[in-house]
Amino acid sequence: MLGNSVLTAPRRVLGALFIGLALSGTALAQQPLKIGFGMSLTGPLAGNGKAALIAMEIWRDDVNAKGGILGRKVEFVYYDDQTSPATVPGIYTKLLDVDKVDLVVSGYGTNVIAPAMPIMMQRNLTFMTLFGLNVNSKFNYDRYFQIMPAGPNPAVGWSQGFFDAAMSMNPKPKTVALVGADAEYPAMALEGAREHAKKTGLKIVYDKTYPPNTVDYSPIVRAIQATNPEIVFVASYPPDSAGMVRAVNEVGLKTRIFGGGLVGPQFAALKTQLGPLLNGVVNYEFYAPDLGSKFPFLEQFLAKYQARAAKEGVDPLGFYLPPYAYAMMQVLDQAITATKGLDQAKLAEYIHKSTFDTYVGKVGFAKNGEWAAPRVMMTQYHGITGNDVEQFKKPGRLTVLSPKEYKTGDLKAPYHENKK
Amino acid sequence: MEVSWALLANAVIAGLLLGGFYAAMSVGISISFGMLDVVNIAHPAFIILGSYIAYIVNDRFGFDPIVVSVTVSPLFFLLGMALYRIYYLCFERRGQESLRGLAFFFGILFITEVALVLVFGVDYRMVNTRYGDVTWRAGEVDFPMRLVVPFLVSMVMVIGVQLFLTHTFFGRAVLAVAQDQLALRLMGVNPVRVKELAFAISIATAGVAGAFLIVIQPVQPAIGREFIGLVFAVCVLGGMGSIWGTLLGAFVLGLAESFTSTFFGPSWAPAVSFGLLLATLAFRPSGLLGR
Amino acid sequence: MSNKAFAAVTLAVALALAAVTQLIPNEYFFTAAYTVLLFVILATAWNILGGYTGYVNFGSAAFFAIGAYTTVFFYNAFKAPLLVEIVAGTLVAGLAGLGLGYLTLRLRGVFFAIASLALAVVLYIFIVNWDYVGGARGAYVLQPREIPFGMPRYIHLIYSVQLLMAAFALVVARAIEKSTLGRGLAAIRDDELAAECSGVPTLRLKIFSTMASCALMGMAGTTFPYYLSYIEPSSAFSLSYAVNSIAMPLIGGMMSWMGPLIGAVLLGSVQQLVQVTVSSAWNLLIVGVLLVFFVTLAPNGIMGWVDAWRRRKAK
Repeated sequence: MLGNSVLTAPRRVLGALFIGLALSGTALAQQPLKIGFGMSLTGPLAGNGKAALIAMEIWRDDVNAKGGILGRKVEFVYYDDQTSPATVPGIYTKLLDVDKVDLVVSGYGTNVIAPAMPIMMQRNLTFMTLFGLNVNSKFNYDRYFQIMPAGPNPAVGWSQGFFDAAMSMNPKPKTVALVGADAEYPAMALEGAREHAKKTGLKIVYDKTYPPNTVDYSPIVRAIQATNPEIVFVASYPPDSAGMVRAVNEVGLKTRIFGGGLVGPQFAALKTQLGPLLNGVVNYEFYAPDLGSKFPFLEQFLAKYQARAAKEGVDPLGFYLPPYAYAMMQVLDQAITATKGLDQAKLAEYIHKSTFDTYVGKVGFAKNGEWAAPRVMMTQYHGITGNDVEQFKKPGRLTVLSPKEYKTGDLKAPYHENKK
Repeated sequence: MEVSWALLANAVIAGLLLGGFYAAMSVGISISFGMLDVVNIAHPAFIILGSYIAYIVNDRFGFDPIVVSVTVSPLFFLLGMALYRIYYLCFERRGQESLRGLAFFFGILFITEVALVLVFGVDYRMVNTRYGDVTWRAGEVDFPMRLVVPFLVSMVMVIGVQLFLTHTFFGRAVLAVAQDQLALRLMGVNPVRVKELAFAISIATAGVAGAFLIVIQPVQPAIGREFIGLVFAVCVLGGMGSIWGTLLGAFVLGLAESFTSTFFGPSWAPAVSFGLLLATLAFRPSGLLGR
Repeated sequence: MSNKAFAAVTLAVALALAAVTQLIPNEYFFTAAYTVLLFVILATAWNILGGYTGYVNFGSAAFFAIGAYTTVFFYNAFKAPLLVEIVAGTLVAGLAGLGLGYLTLRLRGVFFAIASLALAVVLYIFIVNWDYVGGARGAYVLQPREIPFGMPRYIHLIYSVQLLMAAFALVVARAIEKSTLGRGLAAIRDDELAAECSGVPTLRLKIFSTMASCALMGMAGTTFPYYLSYIEPSSAFSLSYAVNSIAMPLIGGMMSWMGPLIGAVLLGSVQQLVQVTVSSAWNLLIVGVLLVFFVTLAPNGIMGWVDAWRRRKAK
């Protein structure tokens, strides 16, 4: 009897302690992990923004099916940034001060990443960003990370594959024409191209930009032809990518290699619209079914994505942003799990020093937050017949020229003789 | 850059073809703004609406978009009539048309754009035509059908409008309304009915121009705004109230754009066009062929 | 109330607001309020030419962007302090307004409207091609590390600056409205031909009104690069500035200085709210619907309603 009362008292206290800890533990575990961001759901880049959102939601559902991160269910809080920089400070201050999210990621594109940087820097937050070209070069923030595989010098890494392919032609080309839209991404890409021209000793015979709402591109293409360039590098957004490719075929541009930085042909809409007009064009891609074996989990992800995308009227192929949007969330997931918490400093440190296994392969970051090594794939389209979308879901519509680990074939030059 | 005859000839042809398209877009403004004094800033919204209708039918049934838009133009005609009715009842009758009418149409512009976004989404839409990828070459000069077909139909439409105005009773009533409404009323014609008819025609032309647009380039709801300045510029440059003036203005702007793009730098093309407009306003406000 | 008294009251209110609101802990209030204040200035400025004089300016975005890009220029060239940039931006925008007015104010109002649209396009192309201020690539204007007046974050500073500028704009607008100049402008608005025949120097008044209006619009834009840290042409020249600067005075009432203030606060707040709740395309729809609604059913705006109600009560 004495033994009982003597033993049960501490046991009761210990019991209460355990119950208390367990309860608070589960209480904490039941508190969702809120991730906040702005995303382009309207405005010029909304097509991509919506595709990225679908990918991120698939990630969220996958993660929650496995029990969440550190036992907490992941929830998104997001607002439409209308692809407009002016909305960004309001959105992120609301997310952080009113909605009290635990973590933030960026929207899509420099336009909406740059205005969020001062807020991140003031609060020392780790900021994972989606496809902004060279944003951190001005801010030099050590907790900025970028999931686009352009490499530590993004403007240059972007067109590295293109100029490598160009200089591999025999005899070596001597002249290059540069053209692009008057907008943020093309301007950056053209700067990188100019550096390549300088490095390789190419003579720039045409270097002009056009307003994004140009209706007819044939005067531009004719002016380019009049300078007889051996290389033509284009940096454009979807509507002008379509316009340029059309004009090039109408004018019958004769050059040895054409393309490089066209945004648009990565999406189903342009692939099907232009169809065979794309044959022979050299352009960057982020994924192709020809590389299915190199990215094992990507195929199942894409199947899930494609099912949802068709229903929501978004790019039905999903080769561009979606895999990277998913990968960026995987990086965060692994970092949070490894550091066992949301300490922003520890997260940043961990992300800087680790290599991550993601659906897009191994990801590692350089000191400035960009990818440690550039991995923009340069491809050449061929064998496209007609305008249906199903052909693009199968391999055989393009050759991957670089990087070496993904190469499937060589460049076929000159451009105007290889348009099949 | 070596300036060859071929380059020059192509620049001229491209400019004229583009100008033909601009004329189709602006002939409606020439009527509603030039003759009726209605500042219909929502005109580009109806052009885009026309583009989307051409797109749906082309996508679903495969009919040629321009054929579709011409077939559907009576609907736009009715829409124009209804719109003018509202405008007249709310603004013109009360004598408050200048600022408030403007604001009204501004509102219509945005509502139309948003409606299109909610129904179609923001992705670019394009059509497939049999002639879209065909280019007819005459020696070194190219004639891409993508621009030639809209150009031809546009000329038919613009000349048709001009003939209507000068050779039919109602057409001449419209010209009369532009000159002196009171006199018209005194002659027993109801100017409101005449203006309603004219405005309806202007919206109908917008619908057809929409088909041209989507044949030439991909379309999404917000691009209407980019053409507001252009259509008014063409009208003012050419001279208010003159269809030939609008045609001339359209060609001038098309050529200016084409030449600037080819020889100086495409980036400056809109600046040249609108600079021309500013110069016209400063030195010859009645335009090239204005009254 | 005399001009000086009104100025004193407005300044006091602005300072009081600035001080009191420093106590609000969350930063979101300041980012949202900054945007609303920006529209207060734009709407008030637009109304000087639009409501008082009857000339519609479609190019509000152009003058706003002039203010913003002057800041960028001075930041890149001299790392000038904010005050210098504000004054410079206001002056340059005023000069641009003078140019526009001189070219086109001899014509009918509707031509002025079109010319202002054309000017916006020309200016946009010019900026896009001017690499020194970033061109199409955009320009970065970094918020300084040390914040003067001991404010916790930079947004508090530019919010307070914006409050003072809004007060200034209201004082100027009211001063113009109540002066002989204002009566001259009203005469021009009601019937320009009659005014000219009565001896009102219409051209000179119109040019002055344009200059004042454009200068204030430029002033609204001077702090904008600091707000975003990044500015690029297509968003600086966004059509939403043109639409809002017309819609807000229209909804609030164009006859007095109070109308644009009410319209801007109301419409601006609604837009900010919608952006973080319903979001997406509804923002534009709301502006469009409100514009059409007010323009057809309430031509004198909210102030018009208030006046009508007051008159009915007086009966």
